[in-house]
Amino acid sequence: MSTPTERTTGSTEVKHPDGKGIGLWLKLALVLLGIVLLALLPQVLSRYYIILMMPFFAYSIALLGLNLLFGYTGLISFGHALFIGVGAYSAAFLMRDGGLEYMEPLILLSVLGAVIVAVPVGLLAVRYIGIYFGLLTLAFGMLFYSFLLKFYSITSGDQGIRVEKPILLGFIDTTGIDYLTGPFYYYCLGLLVVMALVMWRIVKSPFGLTLRCVRDNSVKAESLGIGVYRYRFYAFLISAIYGGVAGVILAVSVGQVDPTMSYWTSSGNLVFMTLLGGFTSFLGPIVGAGAFILLQDQVMSLWEYWRLVFGAILALIVIFAPSGLMGLLTMGWKKVVR
Amino acid sequence: MLHAVDVHKNYGDYVAVAGVTLFIDEGEFVSIVGPNGAGKTTLINVLTGLLQPTAGHVHYKGHDISGAGPVKLAQLGMARSFQLVAVFAELTVMEVLQAASLTRLGRGMRLFHSLGSDREVRENAEHIASLFGLQDQLGVKSGQLPQGNKKLLDVASAFALYPEIILLDEPTSGVSTSDKHRIMETLVVASKEIGIKSIIQVEHDMDIVFGYSDRIVALYEGRVLADGSPQEIECNEEVMRNIIGREPVRNA
Repeated sequence: MSTPTERTTGSTEVKHPDGKGIGLWLKLALVLLGIVLLALLPQVLSRYYIILMMPFFAYSIALLGLNLLFGYTGLISFGHALFIGVGAYSAAFLMRDGGLEYMEPLILLSVLGAVIVAVPVGLLAVRYIGIYFGLLTLAFGMLFYSFLLKFYSITSGDQGIRVEKPILLGFIDTTGIDYLTGPFYYYCLGLLVVMALVMWRIVKSPFGLTLRCVRDNSVKAESLGIGVYRYRFYAFLISAIYGGVAGVILAVSVGQVDPTMSYWTSSGNLVFMTLLGGFTSFLGPIVGAGAFILLQDQVMSLWEYWRLVFGAILALIVIFAPSGLMGLLTMGWKKVVR
Repeated sequence: MLHAVDVHKNYGDYVAVAGVTLFIDEGEFVSIVGPNGAGKTTLINVLTGLLQPTAGHVHYKGHDISGAGPVKLAQLGMARSFQLVAVFAELTVMEVLQAASLTRLGRGMRLFHSLGSDREVRENAEHIASLFGLQDQLGVKSGQLPQGNKKLLDVASAFALYPEIILLDEPTSGVSTSDKHRIMETLVVASKEIGIKSIIQVEHDMDIVFGYSDRIVALYEGRVLADGSPQEIECNEEVMRNIIGREPVRNA
């Protein structure tokens, strides 16, 4: 219980209309610290852990996009690995059949591939919400998975396709250096920072606010003149673009693409990461991706039935911490401040 | 301004609206009354384009708007509020009013603009908030407002579109008696300030209906039973007994 004097001085109850204040600077400082730490990791960690961390960048980028749909638009996709798969295979095809060896055009063209797939899927899926949207996206993901598996002549089926290391920024190639833990690591970090900034801009834009209206009450949104399907569709396209970029860097960091990239368990992992980190917070999914990878590595080495442990963790989160690790952190921080 | 001609609406075998013809002129405050199941909300939903009429037409400012959908109508200057409070629970009062201002100005699709630095939208939202006495609650999440203020915010967000005509579905339902008059007073003052030409409301509270309307339309089993000024309705025995539940005023 707080005494009356505390109540007048303590500002925890009074919210500034902008939601700004000291908290914003603290958050900014923490984010910068996080980026610096990520940049220092290759200097301190063993090669094993750096390689382990590589998919973190890919998942983080994909999750930024997925959470625009989930956290901000209220649509939960169970087939988002579709776009990671499309991005990854587009890159693999472009390198194997097109002889393309530069990273930037690879990303742009693979994103184009993701958009081409996302337009028809999105036009259909955004007319549904809740479990129907989830199942439709799941269905399209599985359709693509089957295509990858069965059209052996193009995709090499379950053997997958080897992915070379593309040239970065037009001049960094693989000669004489440890490509993955060196330049490519920093390239991915830079890409993540840029894509996070762009996403931050989007969620704080008029468009972002309108998406949250659509999420909270679509009937009311329509009565205010908001074309609900149109907004959902654009959010879907943006999330597909993020998925496509994630696919390209995942393909390069693994050095291989195979159909499991767009299998439903991959989509499930993305949803798991989002819930683990917390979908109500902007950076939650990124925290979730990091935690997921570290947890998976630890639990897998201890027990072969690691999925059982993950299932239990998921249940605990949904019941006790619906806003995920970020929710727990914020709660802990508020207690410390008081 | 708004014309409904012989509008029918059936749900399967059930006839909700059975041939309603209604003309709403500029400057009118019209109340639609009737017992539960008389088709009031269905009629509002047809008039606001949410429902396609089974037969008949709705014209607004020369456009046939039968089933045109709420988005199109909002662009044409028609807004509505809901019987059950409809707010965006996770958004603050400020954000709800900003969102409405954005659609009015056609800026909702701006992807890379900063919302915080759009002064016009901000001032617009603040202006509407002050008209509805919500200026001290701009930072409160809509879902956490008291019931009366949720109602006000629902109406305020519709007003933020600066519509020419507004349809209010029970603006004072679920609100305490003292709040009812506060809401109605606020609403009338705000509509003058904003330049709303016509108001149509569905209302059960007869003090409100007789206190504020220029015209009362009584619906019964999907049909118009009476349509006239409050004075005329007061003298209509059938309406007063069956719908209002009071004794008619006798002509001395």
